[in-house]
Amino acid sequence: MLNRYPLWKYLLILLVLVVGVIYALPNLYPEDSAIQISGDRGTRIEQSALDRAAQALEAADIAIKRTELEENGSGLIRLQDANDQLHARDVIASTLGQDYVVALNLAEATPSWLASIGAAPMKLGLDLRGGVHFLLEVDMDAAVKQRLESNASAMRQTLRDERIRYRNNEVKDHSIRFAFASEEDLNQARSLLQTQYNVFTFTTEDEGRGAVLVMTITDQAIQELQDYAVNQNLTTIRNRVNELGVSEPLVQRQGPSRIIVELPGIQDTAAAKRIVGATANLEFRLEAAPDTPESEIETLPFRNDPDRKAALLKDIIITGDRVSSASRSFDQNGRPQVNINLDGAGGSQMNSATRSNIGRNMAVIFIEHKSRTRTVMEDGKQVEERVPYTERGIISLATIQSALGSQFRITGLDSPTESQELALLLRSGSLAAPIYFAQERTIGPSLGQQNIDRGIMSVIVGLVMLVIFMLVRYKAFGLIANAALTVNLVLLIAAMSLLGATLTLPGIAGIVLTLGMAVDGNVLIFERIREELRAKKTVQQAIHTGYERALTSIIDANVTTLLVAIILFSIGTGPVKGFAVTLSLGIVTSVFTSVMVSRAITNLSVGGKTLKKLWI
Amino acid sequence: MTTIDFMGKRRIAFIVSIVLAAIAIGSLAIQHLNLGLDFTGGTQVEVHYDTAPNLDEVRDALGAAGYDNYSVQTFGSDREILVRLQQTYSESVGSDVVSALAIQGESPNLIRAEYVGAQVGDQLRDQSGLGMLLALAVVAIYVAFRFQYKFALGALISLGHDVLILLGIFSLFKIEFDLTVLAAVLAVIGYSLNDTIIVYDRIRENIRRSRTNDLPAIFNDAINQTLARTLSTSGTTLLVLFALFFLGGDMIHNFALALIIGVVLGTFSSVYVAAALLLVIKLQREDLIPAKKENVEDGMP
Repeated sequence: MLNRYPLWKYLLILLVLVVGVIYALPNLYPEDSAIQISGDRGTRIEQSALDRAAQALEAADIAIKRTELEENGSGLIRLQDANDQLHARDVIASTLGQDYVVALNLAEATPSWLASIGAAPMKLGLDLRGGVHFLLEVDMDAAVKQRLESNASAMRQTLRDERIRYRNNEVKDHSIRFAFASEEDLNQARSLLQTQYNVFTFTTEDEGRGAVLVMTITDQAIQELQDYAVNQNLTTIRNRVNELGVSEPLVQRQGPSRIIVELPGIQDTAAAKRIVGATANLEFRLEAAPDTPESEIETLPFRNDPDRKAALLKDIIITGDRVSSASRSFDQNGRPQVNINLDGAGGSQMNSATRSNIGRNMAVIFIEHKSRTRTVMEDGKQVEERVPYTERGIISLATIQSALGSQFRITGLDSPTESQELALLLRSGSLAAPIYFAQERTIGPSLGQQNIDRGIMSVIVGLVMLVIFMLVRYKAFGLIANAALTVNLVLLIAAMSLLGATLTLPGIAGIVLTLGMAVDGNVLIFERIREELRAKKTVQQAIHTGYERALTSIIDANVTTLLVAIILFSIGTGPVKGFAVTLSLGIVTSVFTSVMVSRAITNLSVGGKTLKKLWI
Repeated sequence: MTTIDFMGKRRIAFIVSIVLAAIAIGSLAIQHLNLGLDFTGGTQVEVHYDTAPNLDEVRDALGAAGYDNYSVQTFGSDREILVRLQQTYSESVGSDVVSALAIQGESPNLIRAEYVGAQVGDQLRDQSGLGMLLALAVVAIYVAFRFQYKFALGALISLGHDVLILLGIFSLFKIEFDLTVLAAVLAVIGYSLNDTIIVYDRIRENIRRSRTNDLPAIFNDAINQTLARTLSTSGTTLLVLFALFFLGGDMIHNFALALIIGVVLGTFSSVYVAAALLLVIKLQREDLIPAKKENVEDGMP
């Protein structure tokens, strides 16, 4: 019989609808202001630490809603009053100390039965709800020092290649110093280096036992270096924030040496803070041989066991900057590891270094630039002083069995979270200069309440007008289209919530626009039915052909648009990506509702009945 | 069904399209786009009030002092205010803002004024451009595969036409182009493509069913048959957009404007660019019907 659906199709539609409603539900619950705490190295935090934090808050007279340990190993303390948030963070940070990352957070208040099936609300964007604002300061002194160190390393290599002997080498202030045994060696070295390094001014100093070549970096070069460092860090941080999956973030430069990162609403802010500010990098070096001269040896401790130390060469084979891709996995024993792919230059450097040193040990060194703040008295006032320090620890020391190529893996990490984050950091590129958090604040919505209210109002008016239009133009079938439209809206919200999309005001307008365009499917079908009726087909025949004929148009039109959306999603970043998500979800839900759902309602209400006239 | 002779007026429409496109190119070349805060960066000023101010009053005070393109947010507490302006940074900008912000007799303290860079990085810009080109190429391949390569050409030129003229209008009238407008342009591409394919679909169906070679007549029929649908869909979309445009406030205003222009352009171009171009590049009946099978019963592929 025409226009009847088998029972399973009705059940399928009902099932989709129920699932949609459930996953859209969390959007009805408002979120809490909270403080999120996580371990410094991505390790789990213990209940005892959370209890200590809660007690400290009680002592400071800050009311707590409740505390909880989260799936991902971080702890969450929900506060009664949003105004206490900043104060609460300071209290907790000073109670727990350096081994924890303490961050402001907005926690969702989804009931646990919904949360247990993975339902979560959509996040509101920076324009509607505000979020967390980090101000990062780029450590310029460290950037200059790093550059000098790497230049010094390259110069040592050049001198060795040319067989010019030097006695000593150090980096001091803004200059590199080489000590030579004789004036002759110095002049030879000077003429060699002068051609290669034009950002230095060369001077000589006379020292008791020999001559010293002093190369001071020019002010202009420092300026360029700083500009480069800030821009490079900006790109790296953008990559990291995008890799984190934070949608609709804001990353921009502020002033000569600062970078702003703003993350909207409910996010894993502790992870964001750890990743954004992380300066972790890797170095690969050979272990010192018994005959290595003392001046080329550096002794470093192991990361997991500071008492164990190993003597390594000062010269670096490669650093993490040569990594082209990295991913984490587990070895046979279930221990976390990171798989590394090097770029072309890195691969050949690694190959030539390991080929001639089979049987020697190679160390993988984990480097982190950190800083701790301490309060000092200055002119009778308490001033917060930041002390930067660098942690270098060996994470693995293994014998080179055969020449390594551009692919290998490293082990020796503390936790799966750490291996995942190290892989992310290596992928997104290292920072050109260390950065530290200069300021952390919650930030209010960038749109005024008035603007938000007007935006929401206009969206509602638009929707109501859409519904009325369809009723007037297609009468009974308008009702069907409107029912399909409602289902569409619910499914769209459910899908966006599931994907963790961030809702901005233009995003909301985009959803409404999608709905405006989504009625297109039903319009096409209804117009086709009218046409068939004019061609004197019977009512049932007209409905059947109408749906059938319109289907090719609907599929063709939506597949092409979907292609555009998918490509924009895979290539675009930030706002373009967000838009592509809304667009593609909208296409899928509207094809489903305008074809399946409206057909089901039509079949259910008029299918198989003998009707003379159709109210369309 | 209406019987309007759309194709008969295609020469006039071509002239209109070409003139508009020329103006758009000229305007984009000479005065570029009026890029918003998102793309250009500007100045950020942080001030402190002793008593929490009303944010709407702060905004009004900035507007009254002649600034446009600004955002005002609370920063940490409700007495700290963060102002972002599109103005280029200068030494005096901080004190200017402070004096503009003296409301209710209280002048705020300046905490810091600094320039801020663009929110949209070069990388994003380049990648989006690349993505757009790739998307168009894939669409062309799909249309060529489902229809025929001449249709693909028509669809591409029609899309380019819409985007070019839309950007041209924004450039000519110096309307601010920010990230939300960029999103609107992407939506216009989706809409216009949708519309074009619907018309193409009907043209293909009618060509396969008809026995004449009078393509302009077949095209007219197809466009008239889809006219009710075109008007309904663009009507509903425009209805929503006008609500957003008139009631939505500053943030949505330009977004809605871009889409209104885009929907009108998209509807026009699917008839007079996409369809009419098929006549110019000499679409033949044989392009859609394999030469041997003269008599195809069903229009369905």
